[in-house]
Amino acid sequence: MKAYDEDDGNGEYGKHDEYGEYGKHDDHGKHDEHGEHGEHGAAESTGTGARIPLPRASVEDGGRVLPDPAPVALEHQVLTSLLGAWALAACSAQEAAAVDEHLGQCEACADEALRLREAVTLLQRPESLDLDPALRTRVLDGCLERRPPRIPVPGWATSYDAETARLDALLQDFGDAEWHAPVRLRWFEGDDTASRRTTVAGVIAHLLTVDGTVAVALGLDDPLGDITAPTRAPAARTEAYWRASHYPPTRAVRAPWREQSHSIVRTVAFTGDAGGLPVSYGDFELPLRDAMLDRAFECWVHAEDIAEAVDYPYEPPSARHLNGMIDLAARMLPGALAARRRAGLAAPAHRPHLVAAGEPGRSLRLEIEGSGGGEWLIPLDSPGAVGSTDHEVAHVALDGVEFCRLAAGHVSPVEAAAGQVGDREAIRDVLFAAASLSRL
Amino acid sequence: MAKRDVPLRWDRKMQQRLARGEAAALGELYDRFASLVHGLAHRVLDDERAADHLTRDVFAHVWEHPDAYDPRQGPLRTWIATLTHRFAVQRLRATETAALVRGGPGTAEELETKVRHASVAARADYIVQSMPAPLRAALELAYFQRRDYRQTAADLGVTEDEARRRLRLGLQLLATARDAGTAPHPPGAPPEYGGAA
Repeated sequence: MKAYDEDDGNGEYGKHDEYGEYGKHDDHGKHDEHGEHGEHGAAESTGTGARIPLPRASVEDGGRVLPDPAPVALEHQVLTSLLGAWALAACSAQEAAAVDEHLGQCEACADEALRLREAVTLLQRPESLDLDPALRTRVLDGCLERRPPRIPVPGWATSYDAETARLDALLQDFGDAEWHAPVRLRWFEGDDTASRRTTVAGVIAHLLTVDGTVAVALGLDDPLGDITAPTRAPAARTEAYWRASHYPPTRAVRAPWREQSHSIVRTVAFTGDAGGLPVSYGDFELPLRDAMLDRAFECWVHAEDIAEAVDYPYEPPSARHLNGMIDLAARMLPGALAARRRAGLAAPAHRPHLVAAGEPGRSLRLEIEGSGGGEWLIPLDSPGAVGSTDHEVAHVALDGVEFCRLAAGHVSPVEAAAGQVGDREAIRDVLFAAASLSRL
Repeated sequence: MAKRDVPLRWDRKMQQRLARGEAAALGELYDRFASLVHGLAHRVLDDERAADHLTRDVFAHVWEHPDAYDPRQGPLRTWIATLTHRFAVQRLRATETAALVRGGPGTAEELETKVRHASVAARADYIVQSMPAPLRAALELAYFQRRDYRQTAADLGVTEDEARRRLRLGLQLLATARDAGTAPHPPGAPPEYGGAA
């Protein structure tokens, strides 16, 4: 996937050995001697040629014993134009011999030949370009400590900022093969898993269009442009965008996606304390601060889909950001539970405990272990109720990343590795409600 | 020149945003230049942690002194590469000198040679990254993939003359990595980072 394969790096570096240590190039000043040779006439000019390291054998020639190639008669201009290819051992044996012979006679070309061959030793495979993703936060935090920003990025937008940067870094070295690698997007619908086939570029198009709902709420351009979607719902917008193009999305989608994510971060920083601004997802709304967490979560989930498709490792978000995402899911659970109940998918609320808004009600303790974890009390009978330890009827323990996979629809609620104590029906309903938070 | 105006407008805008104290601009700056800065720092220092630290120092410097960049002198990218190069060479010289003072192996002369080589290698990296893409592509085929110039021409869909021209010009640009002063850079006399592009 990377531009240069690390595996044959050593072999390539080995090629420099015949030129010896870098130190040998220190005698750069001896360039001047070429001039003297020239003045002394042709007799000494072989000395100039001998100073030039021998050309590398090209792959085709390697190992084969070649007959002494007869130099071909070439014009000065052609010989000069060959110097780059000659220095790289990328011309034919006859041409190389012709150049060699010419260098003994032409001082200007001999100088250039030496210079170019030394330049070849400076060609190095780029080092692995994978920066530690955590470095970004460390560097930015360090800067902001030294000079506090006049226009900070709100805390609730930092996970979106970090996750989009992480995904963009993953995309950095993708070639066409990666951009068109098939990806199966999975989510949970009703009581079943659903899926949709697309490509890596299609996933970025999906993120572009759904992030676009936040962009629109902020007064930025809608990436859908003239394309009309039946609703603001993420799936409707995405399908409309995918359909509108005659061709499947390509890598060209990366720049508008990245530009939009930068614009969103920049704009929320300027809107200051606008975390309560409503963002419409069609059939529901989220305040801006939660919509940003949701977009950060989706960005990570789909980055994992992409990483999996191209067989590349991808780490979960930092503990602080993961905690914010889990907290959002936990806060959305009572609403999701109520929606499933209305659809007849969850057990009816317990009448005696049906509580008024703001009152404590029957609760489930959600214990999230590991990085970004914590404890949440989920009110079971009404989204308006307050979680209460006095009314705790069940206790579920899950790893943070496992919980996020459940909420992303990547793990089925039946298979989620969860420690469970208490009311089994309540536990089942909450796990299914968590899965129902997922969507295309 | 029209082509160059667009990035320069971005550069000016970025400078204004940094000067204004926009944290989001700092993030965008990092996203655009972190791999350049880290890569150059790593080439000079040959140490992951040291390169991380240097990356932090370079971005902190830009964030604290956005006005030190003068768009009339060239692109922001060049300025940042120059800063990185200067900081990295300073750091390498400082750590190597400290090791020498503690009685480590080597001589002052070897130290200077090491610093000079690291400096040239980093500049060469930058030249390769910044040279026009057609030249870089030709060099990559001929050197890393060991294609001869005829195969390179065929791969790139250009004439053999053009392939020869690109290989020669690419190496000529790369050779300038050795030309810039490699002595300690006094402020105001940075290494030649502008010449390649």
